[in-house]
Amino acid sequence: MIEREQVLHVAKLSRLRLSEEEVERMAGELSGILEHVDRIAALDLDGVPPTSHVVELENVLRPDEPRPSWPREKILAPAPEPVDGAFRVPSPQADA
Amino acid sequence: MAGMLELTALAAHEAIAAGDLDAAEYAEAWAAAAAGDELGVYLWRSGDGGGEAIAVEQPSTAPIAVKDIFCTEGVPTTAASRILEGYRPPYTATAVRRLLEAGAPILGKTNMDEFAMGSSNENSAYGPVLNPWDRGRVPGGSSGGSAAAVAGGLAPWAIGTDTGGSIRQPAALCGIVGLKPTYGAISRYGMIAFASSLDQCGPLTRTVADAALLLGILQGRDPCDSTSVGLERAPQLPTREDLSGLRFAVPAELAQDGVEAGVREVFEATLAKIEALGGEIAEVPLPHAEHGISAYYVIAPAEASSNLARYDGVRYGMREPADDLVTMYETTRAEGFGPEVKRRIMLGTYALSSGYYDAYYGRAQQVRTKIAADYEAAFGEFDFVVTPTSPSVAFGLGEKTDDPLAMYLNDFFTVPMSLAGIPAISIPAGLAQPDGGGPELPVGFQIAAPAFAEQDLLEAAHALERAIDFEAVAGPHRPWNGGGGAGG
Repeated sequence: MIEREQVLHVAKLSRLRLSEEEVERMAGELSGILEHVDRIAALDLDGVPPTSHVVELENVLRPDEPRPSWPREKILAPAPEPVDGAFRVPSPQADA
Repeated sequence: MAGMLELTALAAHEAIAAGDLDAAEYAEAWAAAAAGDELGVYLWRSGDGGGEAIAVEQPSTAPIAVKDIFCTEGVPTTAASRILEGYRPPYTATAVRRLLEAGAPILGKTNMDEFAMGSSNENSAYGPVLNPWDRGRVPGGSSGGSAAAVAGGLAPWAIGTDTGGSIRQPAALCGIVGLKPTYGAISRYGMIAFASSLDQCGPLTRTVADAALLLGILQGRDPCDSTSVGLERAPQLPTREDLSGLRFAVPAELAQDGVEAGVREVFEATLAKIEALGGEIAEVPLPHAEHGISAYYVIAPAEASSNLARYDGVRYGMREPADDLVTMYETTRAEGFGPEVKRRIMLGTYALSSGYYDAYYGRAQQVRTKIAADYEAAFGEFDFVVTPTSPSVAFGLGEKTDDPLAMYLNDFFTVPMSLAGIPAISIPAGLAQPDGGGPELPVGFQIAAPAFAEQDLLEAAHALERAIDFEAVAGPHRPWNGGGGAGG
């Protein structure tokens, strides 16, 4: 069972502001899903290596040759608030 | 050429090559058809303008619909999320680039579940897609727009992405062919990431031969995606007409509960057709496949929670103004993401958080190993593993939106192959009523093969497709033949 406090903690880690109603609903829904997921707790998995990726690849290399990078204006074009060739953000200080 | 929209993509491709069909005229006819979209399929169409950077000067094959998860330079690319509203990428995905190089004009960008998270296409920020067979029902998801485009006569063929069934399940629910290639067959460069170890691009088409042609265009190693390896041999058009000497495994554990009676009936009838074509059928134990949903709904959200951290209102997409940085992040994400995306980010973050990592993420990855090992054992004895694609036919709009777990269980038959990274195809096998009655709707039959055995898979699917003759079963009802399905 996921408690309200855990929902708030995970929301903070996720940088998601949840409404009071979302917190309530999320607690119930996550609990239901995790209850189903918990079936794998009963499996004997001792010594089974984890799979993070199915393609067995190691060190895919390419020649280290200089080439042009993206033009700055092209990358800044979709930004919400570009300024003087940079991304503008609100002050990180105000949070403290 | 009269009736050119009835041609399969392959037939059109060959007629263009032979000089019997004017490719530009054909593409225009399809653009006109796409303009008549009443199903909520398209989020952008070539006629909307702005597509200069992805224009094809000299078309030489059939035009195509592209899921809105693929970046297209200068053309709106939203992944059906509010957070990317108005985003016009500075570059084009490799899969789309390959289509352009093959002379396939882009008809439009198709609707989908937000960030490919969903099995009904109801999670789009821009409204649901309607199933062309019955507009009161879902087309499946997450590539629901691409599937409905092909089934509804709004595109001759389409591409989508499949993370846990997002090509195969909507193909099944819309009565078309959907192929999830082996992980690594097609580049993921420029494909907006959901769960990177599972995401794979693939074709949604009318026929298996169309899928083979499209796979040939899309596949290949790409220096921009180091996990792309391509196929060893370029896919050939399938020609096989029988299944003699081939062994088909039916997972003993998967044929149990939760499958609609009509779906089961079509599945059994299809097994009989395999035998009539000379194929052998036997039950095989796949004891861990039933834990696929549990493993998948830890691994995919975990990867998603990491991938979607980039949507923070700084570099692209929408921003919710705020006085300080953290509030800007939190409110932008709160406003920009829909409920299912928030749910998966929360689930994934929880599964990766301190104290829960081993119990959830670690164990899910071990289950993934066991599932892959089950298939490996099965493929030691058998050529293919077959199941229904989806436990049900297309369900009603709104029927499962309040119960996320019920929605997740739709992916029961498609998730295990994604976790194992192996290729699987869904072909339309017949029509069935939903439990409790209703209109006759398409049922998909899923065939899975060992990694990189795409050619064998296409050959077997082609032979079976001929024997099923879905055109004869469903022809008059097929939406692209003007059947229109039930409801309206």
